[in-house]
Amino acid sequence: MRPFTYLSAPDVTTALRAIATEPGARLLAGGTNLVDLMRQDVERPTTVVDISTLPLDEVQELPAGGLRIGALVRNSRLAAHPAVRSRYPVLSQAVLSGASGQLRNMATVGGNLLQRTRCPYFADGTAACNKRDPGSGCAAIGGFHRGSAVLGTSEHCIATHPSDMAVALVALDAVVEVQSLRGTRRIPLAELHVLPGDTPDVETALDPDELVTAVELPALPVAASSRYRKVRDRASFAFALVSVAAAMEVADGTVTAARLALGGVAARPWRAHLAERALVGAPATEEDFRRAATAELATAVGRPQNAFKIELARRTVVATLHQLTTEGGAA
Amino acid sequence: MAEVELRVNGTSSRVQLDPRVSLLDALRERLRLTGTKKGCDQGACGACTVLVDGERILACLALAVQYGGREITTVEGLGRPGRLHPLQEAFIRFDGFQCGFCTSGQICSAVGMLAEHRAGVPSVVTPRLAATATPLSEAEIRERMSGNLCRCGAYDGIVDAIQHVAGVDDRAATAEPAADR
Repeated sequence: MRPFTYLSAPDVTTALRAIATEPGARLLAGGTNLVDLMRQDVERPTTVVDISTLPLDEVQELPAGGLRIGALVRNSRLAAHPAVRSRYPVLSQAVLSGASGQLRNMATVGGNLLQRTRCPYFADGTAACNKRDPGSGCAAIGGFHRGSAVLGTSEHCIATHPSDMAVALVALDAVVEVQSLRGTRRIPLAELHVLPGDTPDVETALDPDELVTAVELPALPVAASSRYRKVRDRASFAFALVSVAAAMEVADGTVTAARLALGGVAARPWRAHLAERALVGAPATEEDFRRAATAELATAVGRPQNAFKIELARRTVVATLHQLTTEGGAA
Repeated sequence: MAEVELRVNGTSSRVQLDPRVSLLDALRERLRLTGTKKGCDQGACGACTVLVDGERILACLALAVQYGGREITTVEGLGRPGRLHPLQEAFIRFDGFQCGFCTSGQICSAVGMLAEHRAGVPSVVTPRLAATATPLSEAEIRERMSGNLCRCGAYDGIVDAIQHVAGVDDRAATAEPAADR
């Protein structure tokens, strides 16, 4: 690991000033991703700004009925929060699907959103990677790409975003609050992560001087009937091949409301608007679920090793929606 | 260099540390507490699990400077020869290890996991998330301990040992384990 200056920020303003003035500064919260990447020489900060003791670690009720989740709320606290478990069970399940008990005790909400891809070539300094080293090429295309993306890819990058939590959040219409010395702004989570295009090194809509301070969930009655389903190579402690966050209401056999997002398939948590449109107003049958999933996956591009993800995603959508109709949500 | 107050197993030490030093290396190389093991050093195996303010974390991904003033417990702080922690006793009784390299991480992790379960924290295999209490079934233990790998494959013994200490499995609690025969 390269040497760096360590700064423990006593307040938000100090942290904002550090990232606004030091081009090589990186924010450190739980450290589960950044410390690992620093050890692998992928991240090379000259200043590490420790924000882990800032007072951004509360979950609060919003007046309009939603929740405000501080950026430094630990993953384990978020998943165990009574309001999340009863009103947004898909979020609790998604968080509990990720990593391990120890990592969830360390990792924060903000860090989870901003974690980097687990594409093996990104962490391998000897491999071509346009995300780590712009212009060097993509070793995953033509190399090992079983876990790579099938939606929203480009000829420059087929990496996925690894978060489970973000897949649930994007289905729930979450909004991210960010602060800088210039002020505060709110970004829909669906717009936080950007697709690779020809600049896969640009991963989010954040400016370098911005700090994620909170994530807000709107009041969303349909979320009470929601589930997260993750398909992976082993039963636990593995990243998703495909995952589905779903919330649905059915009345008299007809879908009246639906929220759907896919994980493990794109550089962003993938909100499935096309499938939602196909679902609402249609009968709640497996045949209709399959039609909706197919509409969403029409633009998917599979490669030799990961083409299976398209059919796997379709089947996982159908299975998750079917489970919602037969067993209800996970609360 | 940074001065850090490390409070480990009830003893406080002031140490000068390069901020790059992980909590794991500080424990092992500065405080000579080598019970905590370095396995993968990248957050994938759980061998370095310690407790911070009673919660289990991975010491390999923790920079020591971030943990100044926090109450850290390592396997050395759980029990000692002649006065073992109930989980240490149970790991011996139920053959919860073979080579032993993952064992301190397994035991620290189990201590933290049992506290999480007592506090009503659900897992992804919990059938109803809104329920306040869930029985600690074998499936729950295996899921909640999935961050601790055992290369010898002593998982059956590990699960039996944890179930015994949790007092949830009458069969395991009343079985006559090999070590006692």
